[in-house]
Order: sequence, then C-alpha cells, then structure tokens
Amino acid sequence: MTLTLNGEPVDLPDGATVADLVATCAPSVRGVAAAVDGAVVPRGTWDRVALCEGQRVELLTAVQGG
Amino acid sequence: MSLPPLVEPAPDLSVDEVRRYSRHLIIPDVAMDGQKRLKNAKVLCVGAGGLGSPTLMYLAAAGVGTLGIVEFDTVDESNLQRQIIHGQSDIGRPKAESARDSIKEINPYVNVVIHDEALSNDNVFRIFEQYDLIVDGTDNFATRYLVNDAAVLLGKPYVWGSIYRFDGQASVFWAENGPCYRCLYPEPPPPGMVPSCAEGGVLGVLCASIGSIQTTEAIKLLTGIGEPLVGRLMVYDALEMTYRTIKVRKDPNCALCGENPTITGLIDYDDFCGTVSDEASAATLGSTITANELKDWIEAGKSIELVDVREPAEWEIVRIPGARLVPKGEILSGAALSSLPQDRQVVLYCKSGVRSAEALAAVKAAGFRDAVHVQGGVVSWVRQVDPSLPIY
Repeated sequence: MTLTLNGEPVDLPDGATVADLVATCAPSVRGVAAAVDGAVVPRGTWDRVALCEGQRVELLTAVQGG
Repeated sequence: MSLPPLVEPAPDLSVDEVRRYSRHLIIPDVAMDGQKRLKNAKVLCVGAGGLGSPTLMYLAAAGVGTLGIVEFDTVDESNLQRQIIHGQSDIGRPKAESARDSIKEINPYVNVVIHDEALSNDNVFRIFEQYDLIVDGTDNFATRYLVNDAAVLLGKPYVWGSIYRFDGQASVFWAENGPCYRCLYPEPPPPGMVPSCAEGGVLGVLCASIGSIQTTEAIKLLTGIGEPLVGRLMVYDALEMTYRTIKVRKDPNCALCGENPTITGLIDYDDFCGTVSDEASAATLGSTITANELKDWIEAGKSIELVDVREPAEWEIVRIPGARLVPKGEILSGAALSSLPQDRQVVLYCKSGVRSAEALAAVKAAGFRDAVHVQGGVVSWVRQVDPSLPIY
C-alpha cells in the first residue's frame, strides 16, 4: 500500500502498523511523534494502529531550542 | 474547546491605563473585563532568550500585571541575532536584569519579578506556585521535561514552544483539560540526534513567529477568549511558510498524566535526557584531551589525524589548523570510516565536545582503539589557544 509520509509517497506492506512505519522510516523511536490524518497517535497504541492505503502520516521530531 | 478565564479581573484600571490599553478596550471580546484580568495576571517566563524575548515584550505591552523571569545566564554577543529584549550595551549583564529594564521601558506598570537561578527540582515548585500561567522558552530537553512535570504535578497550564533552524512547534499543555508534553513526546530523542540551536543554528526571526503564538495563547488563556491550543500542536515551517495544527489527545498510558502514572514526582532530568549517551560517555573515559594538549601534540610534531566532525557551514566559520572535515553523520553511518588512517592516532573535535564524543564511540567501536576527542571542541581551542579566532 502507498501512503504519504511527510508529504512524500512511501510504500509499506499491507497491514503495517504505525510502529512498523516508525521502525522503518524514523532514525529513532525516542523523541518522535506520529500523526495519522492530522491526529497524533499515542505511543502506547502504535503497534495496534494499522495503516490504510492513502493515509497521510507525519513523523515529528522533538526539538529543544528556545 | 473554549475555557473559562484563568484570572479574576482587577478591581479597576487607572485613567492612564485606560489611555494606554485603549486599542484592547475597544475590542468587544477583550474590553474592560479582559484588560482587568490581564492586569491581575501573574505569568512566568522560563528563559529570557529567543522565545522569552518577544513573549516578555508583548506580554508587558499587553498589560500583564506581573511578569516573572527565570534566567541565570548573561547576555552574549551571539544572542543578539534573535534575543531582541537585549541590546548591545547589555552584553555581559545578567539576562534577567536586561529583560527587566526593557520591560520597564515598554510598560512601567508591569511588576517584574526576577528569579536569578537555574530552574531545578529544588526550586521549581516554589517558583511555579506564585504564577497563574507558565511560558516555556527554555533551550534544552532536561528543563523542558522539568517544566512539564512540575506544571502537571501542580495542575498549572503552560504554553510550550520550541524552535530549530526554520521550524517551530507550539502548544498549550494542561493536563486537567488535555494532553501534556509527555503525551506528545514521552521522552526526548537520543542524545546527539537533535542538535540544539547553539549547535545547529536558528533563524532569528523564527523566535518571533513562535513567541507570538505563545503570547497570543497566554492572553487567550488569561482572559478566557477564543479556542486555546489545548489538545492541538501548531507546526510552523518558515521555508514553506505553512502553519498546520495537528490534534493531540491525552494518552491514557501517559507515564505522568495517564490513568496509572508511573511518574508521581520530579525525577533526575539530566539522567532522563542524557546530555551524552552512555556509549559516548564510556568512549571518552581516558580518551579525552584538552585543547592545550592538542596544541602541544601539534607543536611536538606528533603523528595525528585531526578530524573535524562538524557540518560544512561550521567549518567555514572557524577550524583548528591541520584538520580535515568529516561530518559526524558520515562517521556514524560508517561511510567515512575507511578514510581514517590506521597508522596515525585519530583526534576528533566538534564545537563543544558532545558530537565528537558520539563520533569517538563509533570510531573506537570500528577498531581505532587509540582515538581521542578534544574536550570542549573548537570553542575551547579558541579560548585556550587562539583567541584571535571567532566563536559562534
């Protein structure tokens, strides 16, 4: 299936979860937030939330500057 | 979700105050009632730096009655590119005093309270308790988690913002009405993965973009108008010029504000955020030299390979003579390891010694057992060896 990750198309196996996507595409699990179709998915549910064709996923990284 | 005002109105405004705040008073949503609430409000800014500068200045101009400032640092020339509450003549002064003077010039009716100390587990409750609302403008993860945890434990709302290069994020965290920072980011990125502004840079005016969102949210919360950013994350991209909001729900499993919290008091935040990873910390033991030692090695003609692990833009600003540039990422990925010599001792440095420690761990793991890194990086080299060079 094809989704949009931070504005770019990305191919993932059918049935992939948010946890799978983060493991594949993020440099680290720590300090990362994942949003699907405009809503953040809580960390504790990443492995239970299956992704679907065409969804918009955003991976956000915490920054510390101020 | 609109929320009731955080603050009760002050009894009245003086004739001078009515003149000063007239452009607020004629907005029906603010009016006398809202302005009296601002007058009665006590807001604490943690940090008088990039985000604290515009926030303090606009909160002062808006008529917030009491502004607290937590800040232990002094004004440095490199602050002035973005920390507009300070000026040229303030270099070397405590930031809190410099900020107070600017606030008094903007609005003499503001009562400024200076907390000239670093926020810590020992003082955070005592300081936070005195305020209705907290604005987080700190520059490191350890203090950010301290601010969050203390605010949640005290039941206080706070306005959060963070910036890096061209990107900013902002939200309002208030566990009683929505998520906290840990619901969004349960823990910080691994040490060394996300540079600070001192390491990676920041577009100065980004502070105004995010600071103005924080100030707007503060005013809305204090006066009870509009839809606050509770449960929403604002994401700003200056290069694309886009503002997007992303919904953030309270995480029932949040370690702090969830249904079965495992964090019920303040923790060791330096340890939690790890300024240097365990691997890097172990790698540097017995494998760290000072800038002066490096100078002695170079003058003695010792056979070394001096490697600068910073980014090209930093290399252009200043470098140690005789070095060559191999950015840290190329070392960590393994791509550049084959270019390191086997017959000479490898000496790594970065800006301040954090990134070179991460690189040192990778280099040693790859078999360069005698590799070392330079404590304090090029900044120490400039301070100890060649003060004629620039520091950034």
